[in-house]
Amino acid sequence: MTLGSSKANLGLYRRRKLTDQVMTALMVACGVIAVVPLVLIITYVLKEGAGALSLDLFTQDPNPPTRPGGGFRSSLVGSGIIVGLAMAIGVPVAVGCGIFLAEYGQGRLGIVLRFLVDVLAGIPSIVMGLFIYGLIVVRQGHFSGFAGSLALAIIILPIVARITEEMMLLVPRSIREASLALGAPYWKTVTRIVLPTALPGIITGIVLGMSRIAGEAAPLLFTSLGNQFYTTDIFHTMDALPLRIYVFATGPYDFWHEQAWAMALVLVAIIFVISLGARALFGTRITVRQ
Amino acid sequence: MAISQAGRIGKAGLAARIRLGDSLFAGLVGAAALTVLLVILGLFYELTGDAWIAIEKFGLEFVWTTEWNPPQEVFGAGALVVGTIITSLAALILATAVGLMVALYLTQVAPPFVARPLSYMVELLAAIPSVVYGLWGIFVLGVFIRDSFGPKIVVLLGWIPIFDGTPLITGLLSAILILSIMILPTVTAVSRDVLAAVPGSQREGVLALGATRWEMIRMAVLPYARSGVLGAAILGLARAVGETLAVTMVIGNRRAIPHTIFDAAYTMPSIIANEFSEVENKMHEAALLEVGLLLLVITFVINVIARLLVWRVTKGQRAVVQE
Repeated sequence: MTLGSSKANLGLYRRRKLTDQVMTALMVACGVIAVVPLVLIITYVLKEGAGALSLDLFTQDPNPPTRPGGGFRSSLVGSGIIVGLAMAIGVPVAVGCGIFLAEYGQGRLGIVLRFLVDVLAGIPSIVMGLFIYGLIVVRQGHFSGFAGSLALAIIILPIVARITEEMMLLVPRSIREASLALGAPYWKTVTRIVLPTALPGIITGIVLGMSRIAGEAAPLLFTSLGNQFYTTDIFHTMDALPLRIYVFATGPYDFWHEQAWAMALVLVAIIFVISLGARALFGTRITVRQ
Repeated sequence: MAISQAGRIGKAGLAARIRLGDSLFAGLVGAAALTVLLVILGLFYELTGDAWIAIEKFGLEFVWTTEWNPPQEVFGAGALVVGTIITSLAALILATAVGLMVALYLTQVAPPFVARPLSYMVELLAAIPSVVYGLWGIFVLGVFIRDSFGPKIVVLLGWIPIFDGTPLITGLLSAILILSIMILPTVTAVSRDVLAAVPGSQREGVLALGATRWEMIRMAVLPYARSGVLGAAILGLARAVGETLAVTMVIGNRRAIPHTIFDAAYTMPSIIANEFSEVENKMHEAALLEVGLLLLVITFVINVIARLLVWRVTKGQRAVVQE
């Protein structure tokens, strides 16, 4: 070892160290960049939305463009009905599908179905809207809140199915074996022992799925269509909060824009409260992902 | 004797009942699982049937011809396909660059008290509805691009043709930026899972040889996770391709191939969202449905490829790093 080579080594070491530091700084910078849009969007929704918020918005229905004022009661109620019905249709099927994947999904059929569930989760929501349009709206001859619910039910299906499966698989084998050893039939072991143990996680998944479909507007465009009048008839065209935001935000009137911000605030608040609440109650391990 | 006989019959009856219960249950959950298959088959069947008159009339040329003329009943999706490819790929590049770095930071560098809230905040981005992105895109981002960001780009890079033009509220650039923000959580979260699945022994081995942390990432982590990260990026691509309302609200809705990043354009989902409720004739509706079918086929293929890539690394497990 000569002095010269050790000097060269020192230079090399400094360069390697520098590269390491630069890349680390870059990673931190990207972390900051990733958070900036969230902060900006939340800030604007809070600022613009809070300024336009009033009690009337919750108690009145949308006015025609010529008359400022009005509210979004019909949209709020419509959203509640459409989303509730979508869950009533989609969640039982999704949980059943998740149970199948967890309990009987080791074979080839299970692998294929698990794969298809993941693929279904990635198909654009507007395609579901077109599908239900052809399947229901055209055949029935009219748009309806029910058709909107069906489209949303297809969207929530893969989300809840996958989470149910994962939560069921987290239940320790020993618990199943103890139940089976006591002579309980398999189906009772699953429904009375495994399912209740996994239930908090599954409920979190369902709630997160709900917050996801509550914000969907694209699949409702050609199914529930939207309606500026108050209705609770699911076989009638029906409004939803995200649909109303879309109409008002892209419309030409200033008071529409203000109301769109107020509705965005309400929608984001509902979604965040639901998903944060679900996580706080049942743990943070579950994420909903495309 | 009689009692044990009765007991035996009872046992046999019980066993039969258990077997019946078990098969009923298996049948029930099996049927629920098969609805997924039914839905996917139904999607292809229904959309193909509904779009049939357009498929028959325009054939394969529908995909690349660019004339979209509802009154003349001439339709070609070329401009929409180009608009979709440009916005999705540009958004993908931006989101993957940032998302991969964030995922590396989360899994390799950040202490848990930073990693936890940071990955949570990135996931919250995914919870914001598409229409809210669109609203923000029109009134905040679009205005920023028109008044300050856009003119600066024109001054700095205007000598390159694609960066020249007149910045407006709506246009390609607005759509690309909104899309990158929207797919960032997907790319970040999936990359994070993939990176977390890299065995600790690999990293430790390279570190023990005297590598710096970045060299460890470059030599041990990235090569191992490469196909999974690619999968994460492609999953992001599938989201970007299908994203509807936010894009519809900011892209400007013009049926022509854009020449600069400030031009208005159209994507496949946004033309459906915009024109489907006011179709001019049967052929117009069928053409829009064919665009939907095209969208379904594209996202289906993209998703299959991406899932296979991600599965290869994570073996179906979702690794959660911060726990």
